[in-house]
Amino acid sequence: MFRRLPEPRARAVHFTFEGEALTAHSGDSVAAALLGAGIGHSRTTPRSGTARAPYCMMGVCFECLIEIDGVANRQGCLVEVRDGMTVRRQQGAPGLPEDLADEGGK
Amino acid sequence: MTSTDLAIIGAGPAGMEAAATARETGLSVLLIDEQPEPGGQIWRAIERNVSERPDNLAFLGPDYAAGAAKAERFRASGANYWPSAMVWHLDSPEDGDKTILVAWDGVTRQVQARSVLLATGAMERPVPIPGWTLPGVMSIGAAQTMLKSSGLYPQAPLVLAGSGPLLLLFAVQCHAAGIPVSAVLDTTPPGAMMRGLPHLPKALLGWRTLLKGRRLMQALASSGIPVYRHVRNLEALGADSVERVRCTSDGQTVELEATTLLLHEGVVPNPQLTRLIGCEHRWNAAQRCFHPVLSDRGETSVPGVFVAGDGGGIGGAPAAENTGRIAALEIAEELGAVNRPSGDIEIVKARDNLRAQMAVRPLLDAMYPPPDWIGKLDGDVPVCRCEEVSARAVRGAAADGAPGPNQAKAFLRAGMGPCQGRMCGLTVTEILADAHGKEPDAIGYYRIRPPIKPVTVGELAALDGAD
Repeated sequence: MFRRLPEPRARAVHFTFEGEALTAHSGDSVAAALLGAGIGHSRTTPRSGTARAPYCMMGVCFECLIEIDGVANRQGCLVEVRDGMTVRRQQGAPGLPEDLADEGGK
Repeated sequence: MTSTDLAIIGAGPAGMEAAATARETGLSVLLIDEQPEPGGQIWRAIERNVSERPDNLAFLGPDYAAGAAKAERFRASGANYWPSAMVWHLDSPEDGDKTILVAWDGVTRQVQARSVLLATGAMERPVPIPGWTLPGVMSIGAAQTMLKSSGLYPQAPLVLAGSGPLLLLFAVQCHAAGIPVSAVLDTTPPGAMMRGLPHLPKALLGWRTLLKGRRLMQALASSGIPVYRHVRNLEALGADSVERVRCTSDGQTVELEATTLLLHEGVVPNPQLTRLIGCEHRWNAAQRCFHPVLSDRGETSVPGVFVAGDGGGIGGAPAAENTGRIAALEIAEELGAVNRPSGDIEIVKARDNLRAQMAVRPLLDAMYPPPDWIGKLDGDVPVCRCEEVSARAVRGAAADGAPGPNQAKAFLRAGMGPCQGRMCGLTVTEILADAHGKEPDAIGYYRIRPPIKPVTVGELAALDGAD
C-alpha cells in the first residue's frame, strides 16, 4: 500500500487496469501507477499461480511483467503510464489462453 | 543503422561523465539508457524533481540534488541520447566495430560503434529470505526509486531490514519527509567498529565519505525510529501479502506488524552485459560478488569494450564519475581523437581522485560485510523467484552431480525465467560453492544469452539495419 506526497504541479493520467478506470500522475511508471492505486499484485507466476508484485523497480527482477495495450511481458517499471493505456494483469505464462493458464496455475 | 565512435550504455554518473568527456575530445557519442531521463538510479528523475517537485529536494538531500548539474552538463555535451531504450544484444568481435541491438520505439535499431563503454551500474543484492516473494516485500532501492520518481511512499506499518549505507540513507530520508518508519532491523553482525578499525587509517583519505556516514548514523539515532541490532533469521509472514516480520535480534525473537518490508544487503555489479559478451570475471570475496576483470584503463578482456562505474566493482557515484572520465580519455587516445587534452594530466588527476574515493571501501566492506548465510541456505526458501526453485532443490542438484549453475539450470530451470538469473545467479553460485566445498571462481556463473531484455517478434522483424 503506497501513498503520495503532495504534488501540486502533477498532471493526472487516466488508464484502465483489468477494465477498471484508474488515475496516476504523469511521469509514473506503470508499475508505480498500480502500486499508487492500491493494486496489490500485478501478475501470477506460471508455475504455481502465486500472486506477485514488483520487487526492484529498476528493471532487474521482472516481477512487474504485465500486459500493456495487448502486449504481454512488458516490464511495468520501465514503461511510463499514458492516458488511455489498457493494462491487464499477467496471469501465468503469457500466450496461453487465460482458462488454460488458470487450470495450470491452481 | 547508426554509426558512432563511442556507444555508452547507461546514463548514470559514469555514463554521463564519460559522454561529456568524450565529446570534449571530439568523438561522436551515442548514449543509450533504459530510463526516460538521465541520472541512473542515484539521480533518478532528477530533472523532474528540479522542475516539478523542488520541495522534495530538501529531504532527498544534497548528494541527490548534485545530480542536476551533472545531467545539465551531459545534456549540453552534444552526445546523441536515446532514453527509454532497451539494449538486448551486444556483439563484440575482437577486431572491427561492435554491434548493439536496441529496442526503441517499437523497432530494433542497430548501432555500429568503434568502442563500447558499459556503464550499467549496480543492482541490489537479492536477499532470499523466507517470504521474500510475498507482495509487499521489496528492496529498499525500489521504495527509494518510487519516492524519487513519483513521490510515492509505503504506508505504515513499514519495516526496513538489512545493512549498509543505503539502508541508513533511506531511513533518514523517510524521517526527513515525515514518512513513518516502524522499525529498522539492522543485520550488521556485532563488532562493526572493531572490524573497521584496522582499515581506518587508510580510509581517512576518504574523510568526506566517512563524515557523511557519521552524519547519517547520528541522524538515524536522533530520529526516534526503533532500531533492532544484530538481526538474523529474518522472515516475511503473511497469506496473500506481507503481514508480519519475524527475526531474532541479539538472540531474542522479535515479531512486528508490517504491510511493507524493505530489504537491503548492499549492491553488486549488474552482470548481464559483461557476461553476455563473455568477458572474464573474478570473485571478490570481501564483497561476495563477481567483478569483470578490467585493465587500468577500464578495458575488459574483450578488446574495445570498457566498463566504468559500479558495474566494474562497487565504488559509489563520485568514483563512478572518475572511472567514466578515465575510460573516455583512454578511448579517445585509442581512437585518435583530435582534441585529446594535453598530456596525461587529466587522467592522473582523475586517478588521484579515484584513489581517495576508493580508500573507504575496505572499511565499509569490513563494517558491513555481505550476508554470510546465503551460501548456507537450505529448505523451502525460494531462490529462483521466476521458476520458484527452492534452496533445497539447488542442493539436490549439487548432490545429483551438477558441478555449476548451468547444469543446475538444466536440471531445475533455475535462472531460466524472464529475469534470466539476475535474481538467483549469485545465490545459486554461493549454494553450489558451499555444497561442493569449492570457491565461487571454480563454480562459475550462468551463461547469459541474447536477447537480454524481452523483445517482441514485431521489434525483431522491424530491424532498421535491414533497409
